[in-house]
Amino acid sequence: MKPAPFAYVRPATLDDAVAELVATGGDGKVLAGGQSLVPVLAMRLGRPGTLVDITAAAGLDTIERRGAVLRIGATTRQRRLERSPAANDVPLIGMALPFVGHRELRSRGTVCGSLAHADPGAELPAVASCLGAVLEVTGASGRRTVPAAEFFAGAMTTAVGAEEVLSAVEFPVAAPGEGFGFAEIARRHGDFALAGVVTRVRSAGGAVQEAVISGFGISDRAATRDVTDLVRAAADSADVEAALRPGTEELARDVVDTAGDSHGSQGYRRRLFAVLAARELAHAHRRSTEGRS
Amino acid sequence: MPDRTTVTHQAAVAQEGDSTDAADVAERTGAGGPRWRPARVEDAPLVTGQGRFLDDLDPLPGTLTAAIVRSPHPHARIRSVDLSRARRHPGVTAVIGPDEVLAALRPFPLSVTTRMPYFPTGTDKVRYVGEPVAVVVASDRFVAEDAAELVSVEYELLDPVVGVRTALAEDATLLHEDNGSNVATDRTFSFGEVDRAFADAAHVVVGEYDFPRYSSVPMECYSVIANWTEDSAGPSIEAWANFHGPFTMMPVMAGALGIPASRVRLHVPADIGGSFGIKAGIYPYVVLMALASKHARTPVRWSEDRVEHLLASSSGSDRMMRFEAAVDANGTVTALRTDLVDNVGAYMRPPEPSTLYRCYGNITGAYRIPAVAIRARAVVTNTMPTGLNRGFGGQQLYFGLERLMDDVAAQTGLDPVDLRCRNLVPADAFPYETPTGGVYDSGDYQKAVALAVDNADMPELRRRQAEARERGELYGIGIALVVDPSGTNIGYVGLATPAEQRKPGRDKSGSTEHVRVSVDMQGTVTVMLGSVPQGQGHATTARQVAAKRLGLPEESVRVVIDMDTATTPWTVTSGSYSSRFAPLVTSAVVQACDRIAETIKAAGSVLLEAAPEQLELAEGTVRVIGDPSRAAQFRHAAGVVHWDPAALPEGTSARLYEEAAFTPNAKAATRDEKINSSLCYGFVAEVVALRIDPETLEITLDRVSSVHDAGTVLNQTLLDGQVYGALVHALGGAMFEEFTYSEGGQPTSATFLDYLCPTSAEAGFPLVTDHVVSPSPLTPLGAKGCGEGSSMSFPAALANAVTDALSPHGLQINSLPVHGNLLHDLLDGARRPA
Repeated sequence: MKPAPFAYVRPATLDDAVAELVATGGDGKVLAGGQSLVPVLAMRLGRPGTLVDITAAAGLDTIERRGAVLRIGATTRQRRLERSPAANDVPLIGMALPFVGHRELRSRGTVCGSLAHADPGAELPAVASCLGAVLEVTGASGRRTVPAAEFFAGAMTTAVGAEEVLSAVEFPVAAPGEGFGFAEIARRHGDFALAGVVTRVRSAGGAVQEAVISGFGISDRAATRDVTDLVRAAADSADVEAALRPGTEELARDVVDTAGDSHGSQGYRRRLFAVLAARELAHAHRRSTEGRS
Repeated sequence: MPDRTTVTHQAAVAQEGDSTDAADVAERTGAGGPRWRPARVEDAPLVTGQGRFLDDLDPLPGTLTAAIVRSPHPHARIRSVDLSRARRHPGVTAVIGPDEVLAALRPFPLSVTTRMPYFPTGTDKVRYVGEPVAVVVASDRFVAEDAAELVSVEYELLDPVVGVRTALAEDATLLHEDNGSNVATDRTFSFGEVDRAFADAAHVVVGEYDFPRYSSVPMECYSVIANWTEDSAGPSIEAWANFHGPFTMMPVMAGALGIPASRVRLHVPADIGGSFGIKAGIYPYVVLMALASKHARTPVRWSEDRVEHLLASSSGSDRMMRFEAAVDANGTVTALRTDLVDNVGAYMRPPEPSTLYRCYGNITGAYRIPAVAIRARAVVTNTMPTGLNRGFGGQQLYFGLERLMDDVAAQTGLDPVDLRCRNLVPADAFPYETPTGGVYDSGDYQKAVALAVDNADMPELRRRQAEARERGELYGIGIALVVDPSGTNIGYVGLATPAEQRKPGRDKSGSTEHVRVSVDMQGTVTVMLGSVPQGQGHATTARQVAAKRLGLPEESVRVVIDMDTATTPWTVTSGSYSSRFAPLVTSAVVQACDRIAETIKAAGSVLLEAAPEQLELAEGTVRVIGDPSRAAQFRHAAGVVHWDPAALPEGTSARLYEEAAFTPNAKAATRDEKINSSLCYGFVAEVVALRIDPETLEITLDRVSSVHDAGTVLNQTLLDGQVYGALVHALGGAMFEEFTYSEGGQPTSATFLDYLCPTSAEAGFPLVTDHVVSPSPLTPLGAKGCGEGSSMSFPAALANAVTDALSPHGLQINSLPVHGNLLHDLLDGARRPA
């Protein structure tokens, strides 16, 4: 590990952290779990003037149910959330987190860190997008909330400014009649996905009310689409997944726009997305009608 | 005498249906609570964090730290190098670049005559991304890296040459203009009536195959500490490096430094953090750091980071190859033609072009093929130089040969197993001489194949395949057979030079291993090895062999495995490579122990008043054969030698330091270009069955059956570890790992984000391993090497299985790695109208 020279501060409060970021004039970088940032520093691909380590800032490592949302603080480790009973309120967390790197990485990596890093192949941004999570950003002028749909601005790019901290994320808890699906395919377990999908279907009285899919690893950010009509049209088929396939193949041509690489060409990613989308929409639909999430 | 009968032994059934054996757990935990008994003497320090790797050592006070400036370009002329800003940076002691290298060093001596001078840095040009250009020595690595950024190099960009096809093109850009060609070596050989066999053939089967380049990815990367000093006799170098041989590189290093090999003292610690060949490529850095030390006037250390390692250390060579088989109406292969083109990277760094020749004697594999023609070329491209990698030449060769045998089966309509069995070297033909001069020492290939097929439960696999195909799914079964060479005869390097140019009296041959065994005054035995293990468990096995030979409990033997060329017995062939420990090092241990035993018996004869030849060593004693009540403790006999040597029988010297140099009878290459390129030849028969998800095209291994014949099994646990390790290494090369380059010559797999080593999650496939034992008549214990077998067989077996799975689509796997993306492209391409 041999990063370029940097200053390091470890403020005791969120306000102090923001003040430190402001003091750097945009040349600071928030350090939480460090699982993405530290390798970037070590390879000198990133050269922030100051690292603002927020892990000692009081009150940020929270997992808290607030009414209809589960609120996760800025320094809450992924592994802690994975093992927390509170995560049961948001079933997609339990479905997605085991695919975030490896256990060892999740023991250091933070939930908000993954969201703020915004890797196009990462799981948690897609979960946040599919659920319509709300992200809380704190800066010198106070706190503001940003819906997931506006938070992710592109590969490794979010609505968090250079002098701001992603201070919390709020995931909506599962509502009655909601079913979920999650799947990804990677070269190896723990790798960034070649293609992955997060699905949510809400049914009432056996009828599909709402269906949403977020794909990841396929574009510069999680691609989220309302697919209510698609799922509704397939819902009465004996084989829902098969009935969804033509629609998900068309959807794949729409949303999979990554150029691809040696691990997965655009064509292969489209194939994977179409397969996984049909599978997991059918899965979420079944659960939504069975009264299980 | 070892047991010479061939037996089979069901060794391990892993993963599938594995249940926890309560008795086994009870034994391991014991009545008095958990008590872990390590299977190897090496393990306790390693798992308790007490391993001492090179970067843990700090042998010389005042050692400074180096960082290396590397080329960002695949191919460029160096216009100028400005070191002045880096030299002025606070904390910097010395900065060296191409001028300093050219002033002090000679090109490394090469294995063949070619005009491709190789220095530890680029001098006139840079020829691959990551090639060293300058070295900064500073107070710590951070400062050194800061200053390295201040070195400015002016480059004139040249067209990059990526891939052997580009390199061989008639108008190809040349890496080394003085050579006039990108071909570093080009030789042809022919044995037997090749042309007639092809003229008479009922079938001629042709296959073209590409083998990829990948590594062993050691845990600890390269690390060097070097100190340059001068006295009245001139300069000398003392260095520490996690280098494991071959020690042929000692004179190569000395040659570059322009000093006698005796002026280079090299230390290697007991723990070197893995290698399987890759760390043989460290030696240019030893020379480079020695030169940096000369300029810094202090010892200098450098530890490679992972990015440097994946850019610029070493890898196995990728190979483009063409195979042709002449086959008669019965499916007998009557002749073979091979055209092998290795991509050795930017320089033909010694010991290349050995990848081409390591399997020369076993180029016809497991088959009795009487005639063979070979063209062997090594080509330079703008990529990382290559070198040793577990299997060294074998995985490349057998990928071609074993894919070809499946193509022969397809063309003759024979079952792939049946076709192979028709061509196997018969069990009564050993020792079997191959057309290229190899002498297979022992084996029973039919028995091993039958066992592998039986353990795989072939009827069940075929049933699964039929069911899968009925459902429109993809299921494939593949086999590969490998003759597994061990104990390299370095004489094969000579074949790269035409016989008429090889100087009489300058031949190379053999593969000697030295050991030293001593006994102290309390009877403790010390075995000193020059084998420089990389984690294989040499200490465990050497201890076991020595203890058994001397009739002692294993606790009475300790093994020294760290290396110091000033004190450890060694020769040019020393080191750990070519699976040489089991056949060669243990043989030397036996020889040295037998000499020790003579002295102990002589001392025992004094204590027991019996003739030495009436005595034996057993149960920690020296005792009268047939009368165990007349016994003296081994340690008392050793005590006599140390304390009372005058009491020894007339003519007995008080020698309790014995060195042995096990010297296999492996001759140099003959004038007619034949060579027995290894001492021993083991065998592997491997069956792979797999499913391919018809939608996602993910490949799932359904069953692997692997049967090995490594001669006498010295230590079943360690042998199984080698089998599993080689399999998973091969799984990496076959499905995950590959060094890739863009068309512009930029590496595209230089971090672990893109260079994908299999992890435990990928390694948990159903595996049945088993053994056939055909002891070698050439080693005292009958043992052969066993460290590389499946690294050669598995890539071919997997490709054959995937090809079998794709047979409904008429597609073949003729390159690796194979994964969903590749299958998608193949199927997509097949769907499109031509």
